[in-house]
Amino acid sequence: MCPRQRISRREFLRYLLKSGGVAFLGAAIYPIARYLYPPRGVESSVSTVVAATLGELAVNTAKIFRFGSRPGLLINTPQGELKAFSAVCTHLNCTVQYEPDNSLIWCACHNGKYDLNGQVISGPPPRPLEAYQVNVRGEEILVSKPA
Amino acid sequence: MRPLERLRAFFRERYPLGGLAEFATHKTVPVHRHSFWYYWGGMTLALIGMQIASGVLLLLYYRPSAQEAFESVRFIMTKVQFGWLVRSVHAWAANLVIFSAMVHLASVFFLKAYRPPRELTWVTGAVLLFLLMGFGFTGYLLPWNTLAFFATKVGTEIAGVVPVMGPIIQVFLRGGSDVGDVTLTRFFWLHIAILPLMVVGVIGLHLVMVQLQGMSKPLTVREERSIPFFPNFFLRDLIAWALILGAVLSVSVYWPATLGEKADPFAPTPAGIQPEWYFLWMFQTLKLVPGHVFGLEGELVAVGATGVAGLALLLVPWLDRPARRGRSHWMVLAAGILAVLYVVGMTGYALWIGHRP
Repeated sequence: MCPRQRISRREFLRYLLKSGGVAFLGAAIYPIARYLYPPRGVESSVSTVVAATLGELAVNTAKIFRFGSRPGLLINTPQGELKAFSAVCTHLNCTVQYEPDNSLIWCACHNGKYDLNGQVISGPPPRPLEAYQVNVRGEEILVSKPA
Repeated sequence: MRPLERLRAFFRERYPLGGLAEFATHKTVPVHRHSFWYYWGGMTLALIGMQIASGVLLLLYYRPSAQEAFESVRFIMTKVQFGWLVRSVHAWAANLVIFSAMVHLASVFFLKAYRPPRELTWVTGAVLLFLLMGFGFTGYLLPWNTLAFFATKVGTEIAGVVPVMGPIIQVFLRGGSDVGDVTLTRFFWLHIAILPLMVVGVIGLHLVMVQLQGMSKPLTVREERSIPFFPNFFLRDLIAWALILGAVLSVSVYWPATLGEKADPFAPTPAGIQPEWYFLWMFQTLKLVPGHVFGLEGELVAVGATGVAGLALLLVPWLDRPARRGRSHWMVLAAGILAVLYVVGMTGYALWIGHRP
């Protein structure tokens, strides 16, 4: 059995004061930290959008469309094939664009280049662009996230 | 008794001001061939003063929301009398204050003024440079133009790369998962409330340390000449302040700040996009680092290296061991010169590439 240790009244009060101080700081900092961190917004869970209408895009051109809260890129390739990708560069989140002269996707921020399959050709992007599915329904070009 | 003397007597009777006046008259500043560099700290302080004054004026008309920010800055520039001048002074002094702080830091480094007992003066100075860059980063977004929008996207994305805390910092800065209206509100809050409070606090500490310990004398200087801080050095400081105020007003009049186009989150990033010049060396580094380095993502490597460089900058007084014993070592000098060459070289390279047709 270990001997009972007696602590003086002064020590006890000092301990109480210190732990009270720590508890006060915690009680003050926690709600402030939670307040500063933004509430989780309702992320739009769009899975399919109408990106364009047929005939809107000439061969070897592209357009940026809204995919929920983010931009997407719809390309009518030189071969007349419709392709869609996320327009968000995988490097640092800039918005990419189509370069018709070289038939590639280019990011102006850090000179990242992707081919028409979204694969990285050169520059700093670490991953390919996220590819979307393209379907035509009547006059509308529908772009959807792969399931 | 004349009114001014009566006022002075009124305060002297109530507060112990004699000690302060005595301190100011007894404090001296060394005079030698490197004395020129002593004025850069004061100049940085004067520019910070200009930023506070012009920033307070801008607040009168600026509106911090994605719908109104761009229009309110255009209103300041085109409708408010002298609005163009106030905004231009704010934009120019913002650049000059960082330049001046960098020159001050470099001069303190090469003159080894950080050696004991002035280690913490160096640390507070380096923290001030980081805070000034924070001002630049947050203030850049406020006009809500295309350039600012994409620079902020990249900047906050870089913050997200930091291991463990990165995603939390990113969401905290953006106020959500993407740069948008809430990001502008947050940056405004940081720019006009949080950063000013921090800067005022750290400048206070920095100045108290400088006043208590006095100016450091370089190792190579043996002369013992000095002048009183007040009024001799202070009056020379005032001349430097008048010159820098004249310079800021001149460049603001001849090359007023531009506004560009309103940010459109659904437009592709325009070609030739670049951040402010003081971030260019980091921007160029990010551009040159390949996608993967030794199996790690390139951006993580670049951000990690920048973080290590920042930490090394803070710890210079302890890393330079010979200086602690009052000696100078060629390796420290070489490291300093290499760092300056890297930053200047990368900045120059980015500017050259940016201006190429």
